[in-house]
Amino acid sequence: MTYILVLEQILNGLQLGVMLFLMAAGLTLVFGVMGLINLAHGSLYMVGAFAAAAVAGWTGSFLLALIASLAAAAAAGALMELVVIRRLYQRDHLDQVLATFALILIFSEGTRWLFGSFPLFLDVPSHLSGPVSLPGGIEYPLYRLTIILIGLAIAAGLFLLIARTRIGIQIRAGEADREMIAALGVDISKLYTLVFALGAALAGLAGALVGAIQSVQVGMGEPVLILAFVVIVIGGIGSIKGALAGALLVGMTDTLGGVFLPQLFAVFMDPASAASAGASLASMLIYILMAAILLVRPSGLYGGSA
Amino acid sequence: MKTIRMLAMAAAIPALAAAAQAETKIGMITTLSGGGAGLGVDVRDGFMLAIEQDGRDGVEVVIEDDQRKPDAAVQIADRMIQSEKVDILTGIIWSNLAMAVVPAATAQGVFYLSPNAGPSALAGKRCHPNYFNVAWQNDNLHEAAGAYANEAGLKNSFILAPNYPAGKDALTGYKRMYGGELAGEIYTKLGQTDYAAEIAQIRASGADSVYFFLPGGMGISFLKQYAGSGVDLPVVGPAFSFDQGILQAVGEAALGVKNTSQWNKDIDNAANAAFVSAFQEKYGRLPSLYASQGYDTANLILSALDKAEASDQDAFRAALQAAEFDSVRGDFKFGSNHHPVQDIYVREVIKEGDVFTNKIIATGLSDHADAYAGECKM
Repeated sequence: MTYILVLEQILNGLQLGVMLFLMAAGLTLVFGVMGLINLAHGSLYMVGAFAAAAVAGWTGSFLLALIASLAAAAAAGALMELVVIRRLYQRDHLDQVLATFALILIFSEGTRWLFGSFPLFLDVPSHLSGPVSLPGGIEYPLYRLTIILIGLAIAAGLFLLIARTRIGIQIRAGEADREMIAALGVDISKLYTLVFALGAALAGLAGALVGAIQSVQVGMGEPVLILAFVVIVIGGIGSIKGALAGALLVGMTDTLGGVFLPQLFAVFMDPASAASAGASLASMLIYILMAAILLVRPSGLYGGSA
Repeated sequence: MKTIRMLAMAAAIPALAAAAQAETKIGMITTLSGGGAGLGVDVRDGFMLAIEQDGRDGVEVVIEDDQRKPDAAVQIADRMIQSEKVDILTGIIWSNLAMAVVPAATAQGVFYLSPNAGPSALAGKRCHPNYFNVAWQNDNLHEAAGAYANEAGLKNSFILAPNYPAGKDALTGYKRMYGGELAGEIYTKLGQTDYAAEIAQIRASGADSVYFFLPGGMGISFLKQYAGSGVDLPVVGPAFSFDQGILQAVGEAALGVKNTSQWNKDIDNAANAAFVSAFQEKYGRLPSLYASQGYDTANLILSALDKAEASDQDAFRAALQAAEFDSVRGDFKFGSNHHPVQDIYVREVIKEGDVFTNKIIATGLSDHADAYAGECKM
């Protein structure tokens, strides 16, 4: 009985981890390549979810909804880069934080203006709903399993993109030395727009995938954004490999801590206060993890010299 | 000559201001942006509908958005009390915000009428003559759910709520009435959106039913994930997870769920029928229980203003306590601690045409007062 619970929680942690990876990948690329802190990354997640909910409402097709989420978030990201972000590369981080925070407010209120204050409906498609039986007698929701597989596939795709393609070489070169690759004739501003749109599309996809099992509402991106920042700090800023490792670590810690800490506390406390104290400590756990990792490796697990 | 005219005008301004003093100024602090905005919007719309229907001169409502942040709410309250000189404050949705604002506001001599949050502290030891709760004490709906669980023969409930004052009140309220065993008790993070871990624990716990209090978007997430998990234990909840605003986003997953509420659109009285049709006509959607609470709050204030000015505090307080207005809930009266004594119903989620909504199937608790009234000395 207990080992099934543990295995199921590990799957849950994995699922949270791959979702966080989709968010963190874009964030870490943008920070690594352009040196930009983008607080509005969570808004792109929201844009993806709303686009998916709207398209699913019109057409009834979940696949079209996912495509719409990618397209809408990539378009919103590219537009954001061209209109606002482009002017911020030379500024210091405080200006970037201020401007992208303003973007959060604009996106949130704009979405409310378009869609209203009430959460939208976006459901899991019928052929992916319900549980499946896994070996070992675990009943696990098919949709969450699909999310894990999609996330892992995208992670593999990103590694190939970064390691094997011309764009990937340019991205890595951009991280190492911006001026030099511009001098070598790479159109750096086009590269920046492309990287930004790619990161945005991943965030939008994450929003749509998660929106189907959570609620599609204004402000849904900000809690995830905070976790994504924790992920890239743990993983090392600019590193895709670090983002994956950090995301899985945070996903596991958050999920397993939330379940097992209260039970651990219950060994020596009465159940009600153990539930409350355990829940409180569990919500601190990922930050404790982050502090511990930074203590040992100040630039994160896969970070370069900082 | 010019100077004299200007002086005359300057002299006239305080006179105008003095005339304006006779007006009643109501400050509404509520959540109009961010994740919990649907609740605040409903309270505001219900409240303003009643003010508009009444149409009298001399009542001014100032509305501000607290963004569900306690610090923002405190700042707005200070500004409304000190520079805008409001007589009455109202509107707060969340108990943690109410705890931050209400004690300070009532201590400064302002009336506070709660259209939603009813934390236990304000009903008991920290009650105040100028604080009235028009909705419910936080525990009430959960107590009714506990009573319903006994009646439905549930013997081993798994219960969960967010880790904040109203969440603790919720589970305390449920346990106060519920007579069976607990298969588990969990406090989740406020604003949490993924409940996979909790649902796995429910599956492993051997419970025969689930009781949860997760207002707003949290409830939508939980129900959708629960429906997809293959766990099919019966679910019971308070109305907050099944109100009109979120049912459409939950969809089929909520059908048939029993929930407890002090109000529903099918309560049979003239005031309620008029409210439901007027609300639909004005806003193009069905009202939620939050809207009904906003509407009742405004009508209570107006009924008290018929008898006394808000500046005449003792008379106004007595007029509020008398609560002589046509509540959409039918019978309504205040207990000794200024909290409602009212019927609480059991509802079931149904589908009417294309719209998901609730219908009353039973009365959970009749003339129910809260458990903290005895601790209130005023």
